[in-house]
Amino acid sequence: MSTAVANTGTEGKTWDGGNEPLRASYGKMMMWFFILSDALTFTGFLAAYGFSRFKFIDAWPIADEVFTHVPFFHGNYPMIYVAIMTFILIMSSVTMVLAVDAGHHLNKSKVTIYMFLTIIGGIIFVGSQAWEWNTFIKGDFGAVQTKGGNILQFVDTHGNRVAIRDFATKNPHNERVQHERKNGLWFVSEGSLPEYSVEDVVKGLESHKDVLVRTQLINEHGHKTVLTREESLKQIKTNGKLVVHGANLKVNEYGSSLFADFFFFITGFHGFHVISGIVLNIIIFFNVIVGTYERRKSYEMVEKVGLYWHFIDLVWVFVFTFFYLV
Amino acid sequence: MAHEHKLAIFRGLLKFKSNTQKIWGVLIFLSLVTAVEVLLGIFKPESLNAKVFGMKLLNWIFIILTIVKAYYIAWDFMHLRDEKSGLRRAIVWTGIFLMAYIVFILLQEGGYVFNVYDKGYIKRDF
Repeated sequence: MSTAVANTGTEGKTWDGGNEPLRASYGKMMMWFFILSDALTFTGFLAAYGFSRFKFIDAWPIADEVFTHVPFFHGNYPMIYVAIMTFILIMSSVTMVLAVDAGHHLNKSKVTIYMFLTIIGGIIFVGSQAWEWNTFIKGDFGAVQTKGGNILQFVDTHGNRVAIRDFATKNPHNERVQHERKNGLWFVSEGSLPEYSVEDVVKGLESHKDVLVRTQLINEHGHKTVLTREESLKQIKTNGKLVVHGANLKVNEYGSSLFADFFFFITGFHGFHVISGIVLNIIIFFNVIVGTYERRKSYEMVEKVGLYWHFIDLVWVFVFTFFYLV
Repeated sequence: MAHEHKLAIFRGLLKFKSNTQKIWGVLIFLSLVTAVEVLLGIFKPESLNAKVFGMKLLNWIFIILTIVKAYYIAWDFMHLRDEKSGLRRAIVWTGIFLMAYIVFILLQEGGYVFNVYDKGYIKRDF
C-alpha cells in the first residue's frame, strides 16, 4: 500500500528491501519486534516481583495501606490518586491514536494539536509519578525494624495507625550526632540518623497504654496481625533494632524491603520509558510542525511512535494491577 | 491496513461509524473497566474473598479485567485488529507463550520457597 514511509529507492525491488512481508513496512515491523522484546523485559521484572511476593505471601504489604495520599487533601484515600494517573495515561493514549488517525487523513493541524496534547499528558503523568515517589520515600507513620528485618508498626486500640512521633519520648541526654567527614574520619560517611532511637520508642510505648504493635503477618481476614499489650512490649524490647521512617532501597517502613525495591525498580523503569516516549514524541511533534511528513505524504512515523506510546500505557495497566490492586 | 479500519468491537456487537468514534467508544469502555477495578479495590467485597484455584476470586477478577484492557489497547489503539493475522499472531502468541512460561516457573518457585520458610527449619520471625 501507499503507506510506506520515506522513498528509500527500494520500491518494487523485492530482494533489496522493497518487499513488505505481512503488509507492514520495515520500520513498523521492527517497532513491533522491539515492543515484543521490551514486553518480555517487563514480564521478567513483574514475574520476579511475583516470585518475591509468593515467597513472603503471608507478610507482604497491603497496597491500600501504602498508597493512601492525594495531593492537596489530607486523610486516607487509597487508590484514588493512582486511578487518576491511570486515567491521564489512557487519555494521552487516546490523543495519540487520534493523532495517528488525523495523520491518515493528512491533516497536519489536527496531528499537531493531538501530538501536543499527548506530550502534555505524558509530562503530567511523569510529574504525578514523581509526587508518588516523593510521598513513598518520605513515609508517614514510621516503624521499627527487627533483628530479622521484619517491620513492626503501631496502632491504637481501634486499629488506626499511630505515628512514632506522636508517642515516642525523646531522651534529652542522647548525645549521638551524625558523623560527618569534616569532623571525623574523612574516608567514612554515615547516612542521616533516625530521629528516634529504639529506646525512645520503648519508653513511649510503656507510657502510652493504648498503643499496640502490628506485625507484618496477614491473618485469615486479610488484615495485619495486632499483638496484645504484653506481646507488643516484648517484641519491641527483644527484637527492635532500628527506627525507620519512609522507604529506600535498604529499609521500608511499609513492610518487606523487597516491596520498596521492586516499586522503585519497576515504576522507575516504566517512568524511564515514559520519559523517552515524551522525547520521541517531541521530536516527531517538531517534524510534524516543519512539515516533514506533509512533504512525504505519509504520517507513518507518527504511527510508529504511537505504537511505542500505547505500549507504555499497556505496561502501566499491568503495573497498576500488580502493584495496587492484587 | 492503515486506511481501512475494522470498526466493530465486541465481536461485531457494537459497530462504529468512523475510526474516531471507535476510539472514543474504546476510551469509554477502558474507563469503565478501570472504574470497576478501582471500586472493587477500595471496597474489597467480603464475598469475593473465596478462593478459586488457590487465588482469591477478587484477584482473578482484577487479572482478567487487566487482560481485557490490554486486549483493547493492543487491538484498537495499536491497530492490531487491522493488521494481517500473520503479523498479529507472530507478536501476540510469541509473547503470551514466553510470558506464561516464566510467570509459571517463578510463581511456582516462590511458593516453594515460602513453604520452606513456613514449614522448614529456617526462621524469620525474629
